[in-house]
Amino acid sequence: MVEAQGLKKSYGPVQAVEGLDLRVQEGEIYGLLGPNGSGKTTTILMLLGLTEPSAGRVQVAGFNPTREPLKVKRVVGYLPENVGFYDDLTARENLRYIARLNGIPDRDSKKRIEEVLEQVGLSEVADRPVGTYSRGMRQRLGIADVLVKEPRLAILDEPTTGIDPEGASQILDMIVRMRNERGMTILLSSHLLHQVQRVCDRVGIMHRGRLVAEGTVDELSARTSGEGLEFEAQVRGLSPELVAALKGLDGVREVVAQGERLRILAEVDVRSAVARTVLEKGAELLELRQRAFTLEEIYLRYFQG
Amino acid sequence: MRVVFWKELADYFGSKRFIILFFLILIVAGASAYLASQSLRESPPQDTSYVYLDLFTQSSGGMPSFLSFLAFFGPLIGVLLGFDAVNSEFSRGTVSRVLAQPIYRDSWINGKFLAGLATLALALAGIILIIFGLGLYALGFPPDGGELSRMFTFFVIGLIYLGFWLALGILFSVLFRQAASSALASIAVWLFFTLFLYMAAGLIADQVAPVSPTSPAQVWTRNEEIRDLVLRFSPVALFEEATSAILIPSWRGLGLAQLLTQRDIPTNPLPLGQSLLIVWPQLVSLIALTSVCFGISYVIFMRREIRSL
Ligand SMILES: Nc1ncnc2c1ncn2[C@@H]1O[C@H](COP(=O)(O)OP(=O)(O)OP(=O)(O)O)[C@@H](O)[C@H]1O
Ligand SMILES: [Mg+2]
Repeated sequence: MVEAQGLKKSYGPVQAVEGLDLRVQEGEIYGLLGPNGSGKTTTILMLLGLTEPSAGRVQVAGFNPTREPLKVKRVVGYLPENVGFYDDLTARENLRYIARLNGIPDRDSKKRIEEVLEQVGLSEVADRPVGTYSRGMRQRLGIADVLVKEPRLAILDEPTTGIDPEGASQILDMIVRMRNERGMTILLSSHLLHQVQRVCDRVGIMHRGRLVAEGTVDELSARTSGEGLEFEAQVRGLSPELVAALKGLDGVREVVAQGERLRILAEVDVRSAVARTVLEKGAELLELRQRAFTLEEIYLRYFQG
Repeated sequence: MRVVFWKELADYFGSKRFIILFFLILIVAGASAYLASQSLRESPPQDTSYVYLDLFTQSSGGMPSFLSFLAFFGPLIGVLLGFDAVNSEFSRGTVSRVLAQPIYRDSWINGKFLAGLATLALALAGIILIIFGLGLYALGFPPDGGELSRMFTFFVIGLIYLGFWLALGILFSVLFRQAASSALASIAVWLFFTLFLYMAAGLIADQVAPVSPTSPAQVWTRNEEIRDLVLRFSPVALFEEATSAILIPSWRGLGLAQLLTQRDIPTNPLPLGQSLLIVWPQLVSLIALTSVCFGISYVIFMRREIRSL
């Protein structure tokens, strides 16, 4: 759906994006992650043909956004990072304008607008001027705005910033539904990790205009912990003897004990061996699980390490 | 582009500032035309051809003519429609949303400009028709074909003139991110052309060709010519010249010709074609100024970085 190679954008001496390679498959939710100023918005603008790349190749839905902007814009919906609406028009009128700009006749758009307003939960306030809307309502209207044109690809720039956790969670649910019910491909950018982690199939981490890591959250997690795996256990009746025995197991690299808690670093999955050893030594095994890295930890590693 | 055009048109007509200005001009213009018609009634001219046109050009009772009003305040309407056309969309963050839709960038700005022009056209036509109605009421006989065709020509020139100011407003709205700076700049240009340049023209002319009551005629003409030359840089003066020729059929141009006319050498009315010929350069300059203004904003806008800041 999206393919970028060696994408570059410089603003005078500032390199906003330098050498970005990006692939987004049809039907996936892709999260573009990165701290402020890492070039997410710039990348998105180049994908839409709103900014011309300084170098590199882009294909969106099979078209070149710089050369065939209209073809790209016809199939791509975009939610900018600070959505603006015509404040003196109502939500309905704002959406109708967008529908008209997309060449959808009023007769067809009427029903569609009702549908999307319903979907984002703005039906009741749809006849109020948008100037009276709260931040969260505007953001939801922004989603409706993307949905009205029924795009194949939706590009959402920070869809949840400035929204309370409940509102953000609603928006994320909407995004997942967009993909599941309408088969849309979704590219979203964010610097809020736990959210991206929740909804994205794959994430790419941007830093200083480059993609420093890419993959599913699991893959990134595995890569972050180095080659080894990490397990956590809680054992009642822990003895130094037991710790020594665990250290002696095949594949175990290190065992760290803290009160009842154990941290085990290993090269392979050693859970069954650990369980057996604990029971053999007469201790009680309360908990044993493989530790997954959250994106947060992955993130910190990339930006602090 | 049609979609943008209709939306902007609706916006313009709905906007408070347009309504306020329109009524202000309407009242002032109506009043000046009414007074003109009153004075025509009291002292009816022997020659009633082109008397309708007098409604627009006659000043009476200390009230300037409709023409002067339009020359002076017309720019305000034009500029006020244009000055935040583009930058307000930037500050509201609607540009990136709208331009992410399948429309060309130029249809967007063209749509805006044309909608503004249509608004001005309707407003101007409305005011002219009202004055005509007033005339019909005061004079009691309808205008003839010659008057109507001159009226229409006047309307077109007026529209070009207002269009220039609209284009100027739009240019500033593209140049300045802040609506306030763009408004200030527009007002500054307006004052420059309507007031300052007239003073400057007189000063320059007096510097180059000083005149005294005893000066020979050549010096007077030279002084006059220099003044006119400087004024030709101003769209306001261009408009006044062009419309004078149209609305005053016997008008033969500024400078010596005007001096002669003022000395009551009887002059016959010219046909419309001849009048147009006299002010052809002025008309072309006006059109050129308008196109240049809009052209510059067009080019700048097309290269502008789209980022809702
Ligand atoms: N018009 C511009 N002129 C100069 N530099 C710019 C311009 N726009 C962006 N930049 C620079 O490009 C870099 C990337 O900006 P970008 O907006 O893409 O970051 P971002 O990842 O979207 O950040 P955020 O999370 O804050 O939205 C920044 O360093 C910024 O200063
Ligand atoms: Mg951004």
